[in-house]
Amino acid sequence: MMTDLILMLVVLTNLKLLASSELGASIRVVAAQGVMLGLLPVLAHVHDLSLHFAVLAAGTVALKGVVFPWLLFRALREAEITREVEPYVGYITSILVGVMALAASFWLGGRLPVSTVEASSLLAPSALFSILAGLFLIVARKRAVNQVLGFLVMENGIYTFGVGIVAEMPFLVELGVLLDAFVAVFVMGIAVYHINREFDHIETNRLDRLKG
Amino acid sequence: MNPISFIPLLMALVLSPLLLGIINRTKALFAGRRGQPLLQTYSDIWKLLRKGAVYSRTTTWIFRAGPMIGLAAALTAGMLMPLGNFPSLIAFPADFLLFAGLFGLMRFFTVVAALDTGSSFEGMGASREVFFSALTEPALFIALATLARQTGQLSLSTMFASSSNTYWPHFEPVLALTAIALMVVLLAENARIPVDDPNTHLELTMIHEVMVLDHSGPDFAFILYTAALKLWMLGTLVLGVVLPSSGGNPWMNLALALGGMFGLAVVVGVVESVMARLRLLVVPQLLVGAGTVATVALILTLR
Repeated sequence: MMTDLILMLVVLTNLKLLASSELGASIRVVAAQGVMLGLLPVLAHVHDLSLHFAVLAAGTVALKGVVFPWLLFRALREAEITREVEPYVGYITSILVGVMALAASFWLGGRLPVSTVEASSLLAPSALFSILAGLFLIVARKRAVNQVLGFLVMENGIYTFGVGIVAEMPFLVELGVLLDAFVAVFVMGIAVYHINREFDHIETNRLDRLKG
Repeated sequence: MNPISFIPLLMALVLSPLLLGIINRTKALFAGRRGQPLLQTYSDIWKLLRKGAVYSRTTTWIFRAGPMIGLAAALTAGMLMPLGNFPSLIAFPADFLLFAGLFGLMRFFTVVAALDTGSSFEGMGASREVFFSALTEPALFIALATLARQTGQLSLSTMFASSSNTYWPHFEPVLALTAIALMVVLLAENARIPVDDPNTHLELTMIHEVMVLDHSGPDFAFILYTAALKLWMLGTLVLGVVLPSSGGNPWMNLALALGGMFGLAVVVGVVESVMARLRLLVVPQLLVGAGTVATVALILTLR
């Protein structure tokens, strides 16, 4: 029951991300989503809680709930940009695309032969929806921070899949995925963001000179 | 026809203005005022009914017909709505479509009557009303379709009778999402705060109020009463999802439903006290959000 609730909330937070116009709010929503997903394996294995799940949950919650938002907020503060998302695709259109993606993932998720150890039938659809929503966020938003967020949402989707088949997935693989995500966010949040900004400036200067 | 099926309609006719009183009292309590009497709306309606109406020379019969057709539509909708355990006066398969359609008819005539005055100001309100309701209606329809799909029933009476207490534990997400969507629909349709401020007389921000500025006397009494009835109808819709009642003593259930309605009025009052009105540009997002939530619920029932 709790698993269902969390997966529902993940779906709703994804839709909220598609509609959200403020970067700060988006970062907080992604953090909340990460924390909820971090708690998922613990809640699913409440009766046979092993060290494996406990470490995994603690690591995920700490990384996604604390470290990632901190890095992203720092990037946001240091770059001193306006806090708007600046979409290529409008918010309402984004939500509609999100709803279609949701329908598609439910359709697909119902047909996917995943040997889930969980009883929840929402698992595969919500994981697919997270992946699709993350992909859409990467494509349809201008801001580099938002693309990092989209990447994180996608990673959350993959993680959700991982929780479903956690019995078959080795511990090291999980840790590897977490580490990958960490490095990616670290690099994207600090280095790429600044480089991106610099390139922006150089480009506009050149365009100005061409005109003049 | 069973005489007890008159009870839901009777309750709506007698008690609906009280809801507005409860909302106003809740708001007054939050603001630290004593507030107007609970029965103020009844007095207002009575006062207006005794007055004469003033009609502009530029208006036609449409302007006079607007309030009457609105009230008639509200009364007809009242016949379709069950309350507690009591079935509605009229029930047939897919009557929820008529229910939603009657609200559409009501709105259409309010809008047409507003346009009939020729005032550009009322036209602005009409345009907003139509814009927002175009976004609210899908949410309402999808939510009703979700309920129909969930319960397997096509009539409002049987729909709510069969969405019994045992449903909640099993279909928690679906019902919770539908209730949220319907609550937003209720606030939007009744010109309540996140969408429109019923107290505002800042003319450029009004939506519903601006359309009825030229109505006076009995016409305005009709409009007030129609608004109260509309609040009651949509309230019973939300309540039917949140507080399903089946089995047990029907009179106990009726008491529970009435208590729920007054509780809902308190909730609306609290929402109005703690929230500010949304910017006009953000309102469509809220309404589309409600539609989205309803669609998620529908997708959950379809899987």
